[in-house]
Amino acid sequence: MNPVYYLYLAALLFTIGAAGVLIRRNAIVVFMCIELMLNACNLAFVTFSRMHGNLDGQIIAFFTMVVAAAEVVVGLAIIVSIFRTRHSASVDDASLMKL
Amino acid sequence: MENLIALLVAAPLVGAALLLCGGTRLDRAGHWIGSLLAVASFAVGVVLFAGMLGRDAGHRALHQHLFSWIPVGGFRADVAFQLDQLSMTFVLLITGVGSLIHIYSIGYMEHDARRRRFFGYLNLFLAAMLLLVLADNYVLLYVGWEGVGLASYLLIGFWQHKPSAATAAKKAFLVNRVGDMGLSIAIMLMFTTFGTFAFGPVLAATGQTSEGKLTAIGLMLLLAACGKSAQVPLQSWLGDAMEGPTPVSALIHAATMVTAGVYLITRSGALFNAAPDAQTAVVAVGAVTLLFGAIVGCAKDDIKKALAGSTMSQIGYMVLAAGLGPVGYAFAIMHLVTHGFFKAGLFLGAGSVMHGMNDEVDMRRYGGLRKYMPVTFVTFGLGYLAIIGFPGLSGFFSKDKIIEAAFARGGTEGWILGGTALLGAAITAFYMTRVMLMTFFGEERWRNAPTPSPDRPSAEPAAETRGEYAPPHPHESPKVMTVPMIVLAVGSVFAGGLFSIGDAFVGWLEPVTSFSHGHSPVSAGVVTAATMVVLVIGVGLAWLMYGRRPVPATAPRGSLLTRAARRDLLQDDFNHVVLVRGGEHLTRTLVYLDHSLVDGAVNGTAAAMGGLSGRLRRLQTGFVRSYAVQMLGGAAVLVAATLLMRGV
Repeated sequence: MNPVYYLYLAALLFTIGAAGVLIRRNAIVVFMCIELMLNACNLAFVTFSRMHGNLDGQIIAFFTMVVAAAEVVVGLAIIVSIFRTRHSASVDDASLMKL
Repeated sequence: MENLIALLVAAPLVGAALLLCGGTRLDRAGHWIGSLLAVASFAVGVVLFAGMLGRDAGHRALHQHLFSWIPVGGFRADVAFQLDQLSMTFVLLITGVGSLIHIYSIGYMEHDARRRRFFGYLNLFLAAMLLLVLADNYVLLYVGWEGVGLASYLLIGFWQHKPSAATAAKKAFLVNRVGDMGLSIAIMLMFTTFGTFAFGPVLAATGQTSEGKLTAIGLMLLLAACGKSAQVPLQSWLGDAMEGPTPVSALIHAATMVTAGVYLITRSGALFNAAPDAQTAVVAVGAVTLLFGAIVGCAKDDIKKALAGSTMSQIGYMVLAAGLGPVGYAFAIMHLVTHGFFKAGLFLGAGSVMHGMNDEVDMRRYGGLRKYMPVTFVTFGLGYLAIIGFPGLSGFFSKDKIIEAAFARGGTEGWILGGTALLGAAITAFYMTRVMLMTFFGEERWRNAPTPSPDRPSAEPAAETRGEYAPPHPHESPKVMTVPMIVLAVGSVFAGGLFSIGDAFVGWLEPVTSFSHGHSPVSAGVVTAATMVVLVIGVGLAWLMYGRRPVPATAPRGSLLTRAARRDLLQDDFNHVVLVRGGEHLTRTLVYLDHSLVDGAVNGTAAAMGGLSGRLRRLQTGFVRSYAVQMLGGAAVLVAATLLMRGV
């Protein structure tokens, strides 16, 4: 099977994720879309690794998973605390950081 | 022997420190301490002089290195002294005449509550001047130079409760600063040109240096000399400096301060010899000043100011002679020494007259004083004869030589300079005779109450018009004042003749200043005869105007020149219009430019930045999703840029 198809899939997943981040207001959904983008990247890394026949891409994919796991921990904690104080998970409501 | 040199400076310096820091417990003995230390310095000078005479001409100079003052890389300034024939001459003049003035001041300042402080300042003055003439490099000379400026400021403004004295002191200090700036620039130029400040290396290296640089240094040194020696165009402080006590005037005019400029030019002689343009400037300054001072001296009714004009004129002679090069250096210094004697004597005499006349300075309020002050009359008279160049007295020998040297410059220049010097001699005879006649001869004008003149309102009209006029009781001054005057009178009579026996003075200075006989277009005898003729004309004219006719007690209006001369030939008006007004305009323009241009640029930048950041602020909406769009856009731009770069 031609590995380029995996790249198409990765681009599609990344686009869906990016569009989700930009369009959706619910913080949880935005968060899941970010995960989608990260995994799209992972797929691309692994594919390139296969195409070029070296392991660098696969190693970076592991790094990405570790970072993503840490990010999920911190991100979810933030979302939960925002929800507790504001009773809303909308990212547009949390817009006080401006001049 | 060398170790004694530092003692010359140290003695008066210790005196100044003691008297100024000692407090009131020294009030009763202060004047004795001050005088004693001045005399001690003179005694050391005499010992050194005797030692110097004992050696042959080639080995007379002594050096003493005290310590390295500023050793930084190639920059090296030492505290080191050099005592050669030129310095020795100055040391003896400064300490000798200075000591006499100290002794005189004991009597003159007897009733002044701040006498101790006065003697402290006098000692400081001597120490600074000695440092100036003993230094072996220009930086140490500069220290003495500034010290002299400080001491003169303190002494001219000694009666600081009088606003006029305080102003005069400030004026002297400020005008001197202009000259000091010249000296500091000259020293900097020397460092960049020669890499050293010491007299020996600098003066030895003048042969290998471009004439342009030497001319620049020479002109800056001349500016410095103009400031200290009150030469045109920096002469304006000298007349006002008369606000100080009379012994100070004597000290400034005879032994210290104004002689510093002549010393500087003579000391830097080798440099000036190699820069003919600078020399021409020196000669021009001297010639202009000798006429300027003489004309001012003719019109003044204040006895001290008349003498001040005379000093300016006589220093003009010295500067003129110093500018003539090796022909004139020795005569400049010779005239300086003889002038030191007779001018100190004249000033002390004037002080003695004022002492007996309730501090009256207006000569129109004097007259017929010879009966009341015989000693003052005789000593003042001898000083008078010496300054006008009466044959056989000091001034005759020194001034005559300068006039000869001026003619020896050759060509048209020689005739102009010689003529100027002769004219100056005539005017000198005129104004000094005028002073003499108005003070000691004629009717006793002080017996009548003064009438206020329209031109010159009397000093204290209220006090005099209110009550009965009490005429002063002229009396001779005490011994402590007359003895120094007698000593100075003896010097005025014999010094010139003594120096001239076998050209002793010229031979003495020759190793330092070198000497060459000029080729005068007129013979020495003719010059002497011409000097005698102008002398008789000057004295005769003065006698016709002030001896034969009674002197009006109030000054007549006078001609245009007289009125200008009374105002010091408009020097202050000139300074006011050109420098003060000009300076004001300049500063106003600069302030305007500062506000509009410099501040404008700074404030404009700040305002532009403020406005720009106000706009940029709007980008910060607080909405996470708009940030996400910006990030995505940014990433897309980066990717696109990378691809484009790879494509090229």
